[in-house]
Amino acid sequence: MADTMAHTDHHIDHLDDHHGQEESTKELWSGGKQPFKASYGKLMMWYFLVSDAFTFAGFLIAYGTLRMSMPTWPVPDFVFSAFPGGFHHKPLLFVTVMTFILLFSSFTMVRAVQEGHQENRKGVVFWMVLTIIGGIGFLSSQAWEWTTLIKAEHVGVTVNPFSAHTEHGRYLEGDGHDIEAGMTFAPDTKAASYLIHKHDGEWHNLKYEVTDENYNPIRDENGNKVVKEQAFGPKAFGALFFFITGFHGFHVLSGVLFLIIICVNSATGLYAARKNGYEMVEKIGLYWHFVDLVWVFVFLVFYLI
Amino acid sequence: MGHLTYEQSKKTAYKIITILGIITISEVIFALLGKGYLIDGVHFNETLIAAVMIIMSIVKAYLIVYEFMHMKYELPGMVKSVLLPLGLLVWAIIAFLAEGNYWRNSRGGIKDRNQEEIEMISKPKVASEPVEIPKPSGH
Repeated sequence: MADTMAHTDHHIDHLDDHHGQEESTKELWSGGKQPFKASYGKLMMWYFLVSDAFTFAGFLIAYGTLRMSMPTWPVPDFVFSAFPGGFHHKPLLFVTVMTFILLFSSFTMVRAVQEGHQENRKGVVFWMVLTIIGGIGFLSSQAWEWTTLIKAEHVGVTVNPFSAHTEHGRYLEGDGHDIEAGMTFAPDTKAASYLIHKHDGEWHNLKYEVTDENYNPIRDENGNKVVKEQAFGPKAFGALFFFITGFHGFHVLSGVLFLIIICVNSATGLYAARKNGYEMVEKIGLYWHFVDLVWVFVFLVFYLI
Repeated sequence: MGHLTYEQSKKTAYKIITILGIITISEVIFALLGKGYLIDGVHFNETLIAAVMIIMSIVKAYLIVYEFMHMKYELPGMVKSVLLPLGLLVWAIIAFLAEGNYWRNSRGGIKDRNQEEIEMISKPKVASEPVEIPKPSGH
């Protein structure tokens, strides 16, 4: 306090310019005040989110770099085309539903914060419960997505059965699903992927003959056809997908846990007693919107591009 | 920026979530259309699809940060202290994608070089005998 008193001498000339509303920069930052008009807790939440944004950015940039460095990469609309209920060939439908769940839960969070500003305890609890339901819905959907990839399609951290062809060819056998013997393919690595099926613990890499663009078989020096097996795709796919969506899912889970705690605290009247417009709800709201924001970019990078 | 009333805030929230929903649906329809899933044979340019996706996602990010997270109503100093460091990531993204691209080209180059055929000049009959190396014809 004594320090600020000593400094006012220098600022007497400026007192007329910053009449009442603004203090001098030095006074504002000397301590004991809110320079950004935000409370300590709210400001620190923002800066924590900046650090978390850098973490996710690091992971997503690593994903982008590795994906760019590979000659082929599993096409997202092919990999993610299942929908609960036994539906197949519905590209991007399920992840779009997941995006809507999270977006909607962000909206309900906004409403909860607005009710908090009105010191409306019941409103806060109502809208937070909806947000929690949205979060749990998202986690359940992600669990279903993972289960399908791991159990039904056998994507692992060291094995990736989703791949694409890098040459023209003709399949010599079918897999009982989408591929039949005699089907030809071109090295259209951006649009077409294939899935190597596994039955009874055994991988069934389909055999194919290598051909030229006119689908005439290429022969080696002895005049024999060149026959190859479907190759596995880039190993990094599984590790990157599970780690990044897992890290995001972990944030959703911790977010849901915090939401539950703060919702219960709101219901008991703990925040009403503080008379600060339910600022705690606002802080966890920032975290929840951040989780939604990260999903916007995970959705973009993994499924849309 | 002046603060909104309770009623105005509620209306704004409904408006923003509707816009976010419309943008998301448009993104997905555009992606499916551009890759030929909705109408057979229709194929948009890949770079166009990627550009549209990225722009729409940035718009969504803006709406979530500025409206839902209330950034629009914060002091400019605070806004800058959060957004400017994150702006550095643009540099990181460009640099690393270029790096990945370089790796892919290098891999292709290695593959080509592995398949190059080198002619054996001649084998020495006796280990101690020097091999006659023809003068290089020039690259």
